[in-house]
Amino acid sequence: MTRWVLRSVMALGLFFIYAPLLLVLVNSFNGDRTFGWPPHDFTTQWWSAAWHNGGARDALWTSVKAGLGATAIALVLGTMVAFAVQRFQFFGRDTVSLLIVLPIALPGIVTGIALDSAWRSVIAPLGLGKGLFSVIVGHATFCVVTVYNNVLARLRRSGVSFEEASADLGASPAQTFRYITFPMIRSALLAGGLLAFALSFDEIIVTTFTAGPGIQTLPIWIFNNLFRPNQAPVVNVVAAVLIVLSVLPVWLAQRVAGPEAGASRT
Amino acid sequence: MDNDQGLGRRRWQLAALLSAPMLWLGVAYLGALAVLLVSAFWTVNGFTGEVVREFSLQNFRTIVTEEVYRNVTLRSLGVAVAVTAICVVLALPMAFYMAKVASPRTRHWLVIAILTPLWASYLVKAYAWRVLLANDGPLDSLIGTPGYGLFAVVIVLSYLWLPYMILPIYAGLERLPDSLLEASADLGARGGRTFRGVVLPILVPSIFAGSIFTFSLSLGDYITVQIVGGKSQLIGNLVYANVGAANNLPFAAAIACVPVLIMVVYLTAVRRSGALEEL
Repeated sequence: MTRWVLRSVMALGLFFIYAPLLLVLVNSFNGDRTFGWPPHDFTTQWWSAAWHNGGARDALWTSVKAGLGATAIALVLGTMVAFAVQRFQFFGRDTVSLLIVLPIALPGIVTGIALDSAWRSVIAPLGLGKGLFSVIVGHATFCVVTVYNNVLARLRRSGVSFEEASADLGASPAQTFRYITFPMIRSALLAGGLLAFALSFDEIIVTTFTAGPGIQTLPIWIFNNLFRPNQAPVVNVVAAVLIVLSVLPVWLAQRVAGPEAGASRT
Repeated sequence: MDNDQGLGRRRWQLAALLSAPMLWLGVAYLGALAVLLVSAFWTVNGFTGEVVREFSLQNFRTIVTEEVYRNVTLRSLGVAVAVTAICVVLALPMAFYMAKVASPRTRHWLVIAILTPLWASYLVKAYAWRVLLANDGPLDSLIGTPGYGLFAVVIVLSYLWLPYMILPIYAGLERLPDSLLEASADLGARGGRTFRGVVLPILVPSIFAGSIFTFSLSLGDYITVQIVGGKSQLIGNLVYANVGAANNLPFAAAIACVPVLIMVVYLTAVRRSGALEEL
């Protein structure tokens, strides 16, 4: 009896989670411009309209560039801090961990306006206005934590004995890093990098405040076009594409590191 | 052993590892936050629109005394509490089914099924609900739609943050040994009593951990409110309006302190339960 109730709640919960996403997929083929329900005609014209939409394409490209830039910075900074915290004893170690988490723990709008006013009062006078670069800086700030968490967990589990053995056998620090340390943390870097990219790709609030004029990431493009009725079909197709694409990182994480890899976005 | 030399070298290594990240996060980011906090005590000259850099409690006085701000704060708190409650009620049975009832194979797929939507764009999910709740939309043709408004905001935020509640509770349940449940059953407790007496007390830190997500994410949100909220406003919208349209950064900073303050109080309150280790 209890079992049966639990099973129905689970099924209902999954329906609650997936029904809205399925609706977007179905509506991308809905012949009616305003998504009248139930759909009467099937059409693929919105998909071709979206494919030829310059604004959406540019925004996608901007998002990819911002995501790659932020991920690269996060990989370097996150790994550095993870090594410092795990391999060294120093005063204020706990504070460092807290500092890394802070950008995602605080509401996005706080980080957004803080970075915006700092950029306008410190960096803009130096001649570097807001643009794609400021978006990358903003995203990298809250992406560091994903790489840091993954690499830290890996370092904690693997210990230092292999590196010590390598050094005892006469390897230089560079060789030890190349042949021992890097292979050891490679999949953690991949998982952290994947999460960082996904966080950046999806972000809208910090982006709103750090993007220069004319810089539109995909979420910003979607948001700007969300309230325009004549753009609705194209927005819907872009949304459908993003839903389909969201399966990709889960699949990749499964392949690389087993089911636990995608277990946390933070 | 050249211990001194080794120690010196390690200190250099540490400095090399930490300098760039600390310059970025410790100096630039924390500095920006500090300036924002300080600017909450500044004001804007009503005529020239320029920021007056003199200490004043004016902004905070306005927030505390004027009814609009008190109402919006209470409304945001109410939304955050409602969203958290809905997520707990939905997540408990789902996580329990995943961890204790489903076969290992099914469990594997259920975890994936819960995780996958986390990768789907936040904006896309809010958009999906805008379509779902629209007049003449699917919900309207089936049972009638509540339309856009505060109720829609609560539903959509619960939808968005539900996985963040399921996952810590599931993790907590996975650690709970089956023998405890069996012992309780052997001693004659029925399902409900075992749940209240054994499962729930053990899950408290996990539930709090999940609630940190649902609570803070709901408090800071203003995008969902714009998409499905109709005319209703939460704290985030007031901050946004004061940065943009009103161009009053000091006042925006002062309002932004409200959710941060609430979160600090909340974190200190749940800290004792061990919730922070569950994150």
